[in-house]
Amino acid sequence: MTRIILQLLSWLALAGTILPSVLYLAGRIELDPSNWLLLAATIVWFIVTPLWMGRPKVEDELVI
Amino acid sequence: MAEDPSPAGVDEFEREPVPRRALLGFKSFVGMYAGEHCAGTELMLGPLFVAAGVSAFDLIVGLVVGNLLAVLSWTLLTAPIATRTRLTLYYQLEKICGRNLVTLYNLANGVMFCFLAGAMITVSATAVGVAVENIGLTWNGNPVQIPMPELNDDYPNSVAWVVAVFAMGVMVTVVAAYGYNFVARVANIAAPWMVLVFLAFGVVALRQFIDATDTRINSPADLWRLAETHIWKGGEPLPGRVKFTFWHVTFFAWFCNMAMHVGMSDLTIFRYARHSWYGVATASGMYVGHFMAWMSAAMLFAYQLHETHPDEYLVNLLITDSAQYAEADRDSLLTGPLTPELIREGMRIENQLVESGQLMEDDKRIGPPTPLPGPLAYGACGIAGLLCVIVAGWTTANPTIYRAGLAFQAIMPRVSRVKVTLATGLLATIAGAFPAIAMKLLEFVALYGMVLMPMGAVVLVDFYFLRRLGLASNYAEQSGTRFNWAAGLTWFLTLAACVVLVKYTAVQAFLADQGINILPADFDGIQIYFVSLPGWFFAAVLYIVLSKLYQRKTSQ
Repeated sequence: MTRIILQLLSWLALAGTILPSVLYLAGRIELDPSNWLLLAATIVWFIVTPLWMGRPKVEDELVI
Repeated sequence: MAEDPSPAGVDEFEREPVPRRALLGFKSFVGMYAGEHCAGTELMLGPLFVAAGVSAFDLIVGLVVGNLLAVLSWTLLTAPIATRTRLTLYYQLEKICGRNLVTLYNLANGVMFCFLAGAMITVSATAVGVAVENIGLTWNGNPVQIPMPELNDDYPNSVAWVVAVFAMGVMVTVVAAYGYNFVARVANIAAPWMVLVFLAFGVVALRQFIDATDTRINSPADLWRLAETHIWKGGEPLPGRVKFTFWHVTFFAWFCNMAMHVGMSDLTIFRYARHSWYGVATASGMYVGHFMAWMSAAMLFAYQLHETHPDEYLVNLLITDSAQYAEADRDSLLTGPLTPELIREGMRIENQLVESGQLMEDDKRIGPPTPLPGPLAYGACGIAGLLCVIVAGWTTANPTIYRAGLAFQAIMPRVSRVKVTLATGLLATIAGAFPAIAMKLLEFVALYGMVLMPMGAVVLVDFYFLRRLGLASNYAEQSGTRFNWAAGLTWFLTLAACVVLVKYTAVQAFLADQGINILPADFDGIQIYFVSLPGWFFAAVLYIVLSKLYQRKTSQ
């Protein structure tokens, strides 16, 4: 379960990596806020992803 | 560019075929190639296309075709041999060429890897420069500034630049020596994020172009017009650069990984593939890294060029000293684009002033704008962009140094891997301080492919043709020789022929000076981007001929 939540957060962070620039392209936000959102998504990606990527799935089973 | 041809477990089964239980699925290859070909060097290569005056059609269609040819080369040449022999390139070469010739090959490979890693360190150092400037670091009360290298610089331009490169290089080297697995893990984690940041570079640059040119995009035709007229305008290259046409782009995209496909380095990778058609997995790397990433990076530099105008100094020089611009409107020049023609004219005037003694050589100020990945990425995506440049350079320089270290260690097996990697990293760092490699990366990458290409022809001919021609394949293994002269001479003579063709005019002039007129004067030679294609066929035929002679002689 924990693994799925972490993966979900990682996917959201990935979406947050590209979405700000798309919003900037669409003229919905300015470049500065777009870059801060990208930085926030980057931080989330690098904090959350190492917690599950490349780690065995056994952990989850032990928690259960 | 691919910097590290190593999937997990590449160091296993070094001298035996990969067993069935160790084979990998298609997805492993898709992920690996997508990640590895989105490297720090892409941020340099994309802008260099723009500096070479490439047009939108030539770039886009050239990349589609060239990358397709690269994918086909992996699928039809490399993977079929790999899945039948299931051996590393080094072991395969040892069977064909003998241990001593493989040692020489390792040396060449290691040196090339070192220079490539050096270019990656250069790329990362440009980001360090921007970071230092923005942090507001001071030294003796003065703000620290790192002067960046310029487009046509060959040597380091300041102590601060050397310090930045060494800071980056030492970090990369120490980690490559002691913490390779840690960085390999960071590289895996960073790969999906890095691909999207590269995409974000292009998306942001597109918006910046739309705003700067006041363009309305209502259809794909509008987008194409913007690309043709403002982003990749074609025309003259920047001073000191070769003009890139459709053929240049196609051949560059095809051959930039020549060492890996035609040169057969990726036998080491595809020996793990269940089927040879897994070669198509390389399309992920080609169309993500060598299409999307190059175009995004190119757009960043194109936007920098679009936003750069001639300064007062250049305009004054043009109006005062150029007959062509004497009548030009000063304000129009100041607000107009800084075109290659203006830069060239300015440089010509400065050279004239130096010749007439009115200007000192060191006081020359006019030069082409420089594509610096750090500032370009920071301008588009802020701190995350800067982070992307550092991570992309670091995670790809790290395994490159490690691989170069392994190649050198094969030559000196008694020296520890850590010591060899540290020495290799130092060499790469020294190379990185010289901006010539990064600024001439298009040429260097073409050279890299050219140097290793003949051995790929040797492997292919040995595998498919020698037995059919009544000759022995894997001749070194069969005869016990440590240096197969047929393979060795094929390599040296092909390289010599390629160098003569690339440097044809200089060689022809030199021979003519000596009274030797054997080379026609009305031929210009072949540019380095194209020479590897005829070179490969030359190597293939030469290896057959030399094998016939050599095997007959040694059997007698």
